[in-house]
Amino acid sequence: MADAALSPMKGTGLDEAEQGRDMVLVDRVTKEFGRGEQAVTALDAVSVRILENEFFTLLGPSGCGKTTLLRLIAGFELPTRGQILLDGQEIGHLPPYKRPVNTVFQSYALFPHMTVSQNIRFGLEMLRKPDAEIEQTTRAMLSLVRMEALANRRTDQLSGGQQQRVALARALAPRPKVLLLDEPLSALDLKLRKDMQIELKRLQNETGITFVFVTHDQEEALTMSDRVAVMQAGNILQIGAPKEIYNRPAKRFVADFIGDINIIDATLGNVTGAKGQVTLPGGASLTAYLSDSSISQGAVSIAFRPENLRLVAPDDAAASVIGQIENVVYFGSGSNVHVRLENGTTVVVRTSDSIGALDARTGVEIPEEHVQVLVD
Amino acid sequence: MVDLSFRRRRMQDLRKQPGFDQIAIACMFVLYAPIVVLVVFSFNDNRSVVRWTEFSFRWYAAAFGNDGIRNATLVSFQVAAFATFFSVIFATMAALATTRTPAFRGQTAAYAIINQPLMVPEIVTAVATLSFFAILKRLTGVTGIGYLMVAHTVFCIPFAYMPIRARLEDMNLSLEQAAADLYATPLRVFWRVTLPLLLPGIFAGAMLAFVVSLDDVIITLLVAGPGETTLPIYILGQIRRGITPEINAVSTLLLGLTLIFVTLFFFLGRKRT
Amino acid sequence: MLAPVQDTSNETRLARARRLRDVEERRTRRFLLAPALLVIGIFGLFPLTISMLYSILTPGTYGGVTWKLSGEAYLQFLFERDIFDGSLSLSSTYLQIYGRSIGLALVATIGALILGFPTAYFIASKPREQRNIWLFLITLPFWTNLLIRTYAILLIIRDEGIINLGLMSVGVIETPLNILYTDGAVFIGLIYSYLPFMVLPLYASLEKLDFKLVEAAYDLYANRFQVLRRIIIPMAKPGIVAGCILVFIPGLGAYITPELLGGGKKLMIGNMIALQFGSSRNWPFGSAAALILMVVVMAALLIYVRNAGKQGAHHG
Repeated sequence: MADAALSPMKGTGLDEAEQGRDMVLVDRVTKEFGRGEQAVTALDAVSVRILENEFFTLLGPSGCGKTTLLRLIAGFELPTRGQILLDGQEIGHLPPYKRPVNTVFQSYALFPHMTVSQNIRFGLEMLRKPDAEIEQTTRAMLSLVRMEALANRRTDQLSGGQQQRVALARALAPRPKVLLLDEPLSALDLKLRKDMQIELKRLQNETGITFVFVTHDQEEALTMSDRVAVMQAGNILQIGAPKEIYNRPAKRFVADFIGDINIIDATLGNVTGAKGQVTLPGGASLTAYLSDSSISQGAVSIAFRPENLRLVAPDDAAASVIGQIENVVYFGSGSNVHVRLENGTTVVVRTSDSIGALDARTGVEIPEEHVQVLVD
Repeated sequence: MVDLSFRRRRMQDLRKQPGFDQIAIACMFVLYAPIVVLVVFSFNDNRSVVRWTEFSFRWYAAAFGNDGIRNATLVSFQVAAFATFFSVIFATMAALATTRTPAFRGQTAAYAIINQPLMVPEIVTAVATLSFFAILKRLTGVTGIGYLMVAHTVFCIPFAYMPIRARLEDMNLSLEQAAADLYATPLRVFWRVTLPLLLPGIFAGAMLAFVVSLDDVIITLLVAGPGETTLPIYILGQIRRGITPEINAVSTLLLGLTLIFVTLFFFLGRKRT
Repeated sequence: MLAPVQDTSNETRLARARRLRDVEERRTRRFLLAPALLVIGIFGLFPLTISMLYSILTPGTYGGVTWKLSGEAYLQFLFERDIFDGSLSLSSTYLQIYGRSIGLALVATIGALILGFPTAYFIASKPREQRNIWLFLITLPFWTNLLIRTYAILLIIRDEGIINLGLMSVGVIETPLNILYTDGAVFIGLIYSYLPFMVLPLYASLEKLDFKLVEAAYDLYANRFQVLRRIIIPMAKPGIVAGCILVFIPGLGAYITPELLGGGKKLMIGNMIALQFGSSRNWPFGSAAALILMVVVMAALLIYVRNAGKQGAHHG
């Protein structure tokens, strides 16, 4: 029944050929906290498919519902409506200890009264695995996260990075069908975070377990994920591969949330298929991608990224818009040039070239293949 | 450098209020001075509790040889042990209910009932309990030390409850969630994670309950039947009869006992960092 | 994007899971709460209703009560019954005891506040590592036996006590100061007994005081006294109220302090009540007196709770 309901998955970042076996299927799940008039909707009929073997990220600002969705899959909360399938089995109503998924908590939640290896063994003991298997798996996990030397340490004697690795090993030891990670890197400093990003990716490749990763850090999401779901206010706005999310943001919020971007007003003319004729302030016109075929002609917002723009002479034929250099912000590998257009809006151009003086008139080339018409 | 140290000293000064330090030190002195005098003169080899002659364990020997004191100590320990055991179990259960299940209707009432023994003046509790027990004794014909033990259990519960609940509230819920996530059923979560982590809180609660039971005067004075004299009641009786260094010795012993338990309580109650 | 929801079996499954969880939770909670609530309910709360009942019965000859309704216990507060003709005449004996007790407890509370505030401030302004040691020192007497502490006070303030002997030996006085068995002795004893109750809540609110606020006030030209009055005391108000309640309530019902230091002549409510269950053998009157004490205490607590609620709303 659910398969029938979910088969046409448009805008999920999945090509037909790419579709593999569903591991997690979240079907129109709504979660409300509180009752009656005070009820707050944390998730509003959210649907997601997460494939076997996938590194899937839920990305969004705090309060967007990403952690709630994770907790629903883990079983710490019951959904108000809708169903959650794990590997074809309905699990939405089961308590956490009956679900073959494991969680890496934001604060790691390592048992302080147990050693590293006792922490790792815990899940296996609860599953009443034979002793020999527990021994073997624990050792394998210790070596997987390179913690053999510290097996008998108490967990409060470990550094943040070490605790993180123990938490991973503990959650992976029972070989869950899905590993849930709730902002596990947020407590680490920048250098360690970068290392752990690579480490996580390696673990996922080596174990072949589906990872569902929650973060508010867009860079982290783009670096590690196979696919990303961008969430806001209890809804999923866009699901897609990192490149797709970055280059073809479907909604204004997604464009704004991920990376630096220019969003300016423009007018949409004729629409042909997935593209439309856009008139820029100043009169120039170009053909831009439409994020949704439902966009109607008239006033629209268009988006393009600073690094795709080029400063040109004001009288250059390639100049899409013309303005005045208002400000130059140097950031090491280049500069952001703020160009003030005649209608008052500012466009940021990222450049590593030498640029004109302040207040100088300049043209900005906006390559049309990088322009996206947004839905609010 | 010079400038910096100057500024730091000025800031320290700004915090101070004239006379406050002196009053504080005086308070500390006054709190301890009488106790120190009492303890010192318990080692005095003289009948006087003010004129020092020579160091001696004489009054301790007398105290240990005194049947009245020995019996009273025994009664005190029996009552305190009983009250501690049951109050800690009940308080632990109540603390789990109030911290580990979602908010419920009647929660405020439950708190009020648990803390009731702290809110009603002891003398009121004492006479009410005495009246109730008088009826119970008449109706059942049963007498004995059990009544005193139950009375102590009642007022020990809130004292045991406080540190246990505090510990549970400090404990990160995610630890128990992690255990459930790792396939532990609710009962196994309790035995393997909640209880081991709660133990320091339970010990702290037990120490408090024991001390509070050991020190009680008013309720015991009114509720205790003949032959159920506890140590404080014995001491009170002796003081009424006249001051002897033997009282100092017994008091010092009771103080020492309390000191041990309270120090243990502080030590165990410390948050793990 | 999706076919309309047509599957209701899932809804019922979720509802069942939720109901099962709720039932389980309720059952567990009831099981966990039952022993504590039952023990306190039966042996702590219920006896208070027995006292209510006793207060309207007739005293038994050898203590206890006779099961005959009577309002005599309450009349006794205001009137004295003539032994011979049974006529009532106004008497303020018991009202005086209540008045004295309330007065003593109030004065002791104020005294404890005057001493406790600087002490709490002193601890709160210490570096963080030192605070715990000071706090331990202030709470230690709080957990040591009240009887023994009162006895220690008795030892040093009596006529042959260290204070008098010391003062006489240096020639300040010739005859011992008569401190013991006076209201002053009870006052000293009450402050001494309950000072930690004052310091702890005061410290709790002073500890939260951000000394940057004090600096800001100095920066805005306030002097030390103005800083104390306009910044520190208002910020510590919840602690002051809590501390005063915590000293006043046990002070009002004190038994040991007036018993040992007031020498039995200077009665407070607590001793008067205990006396009714002892040599006076008037349980109904003792019960009535206890209930009236409880009403006074509950009123004080109510003021505190309402005040705390207001404070909470203020900050929230």
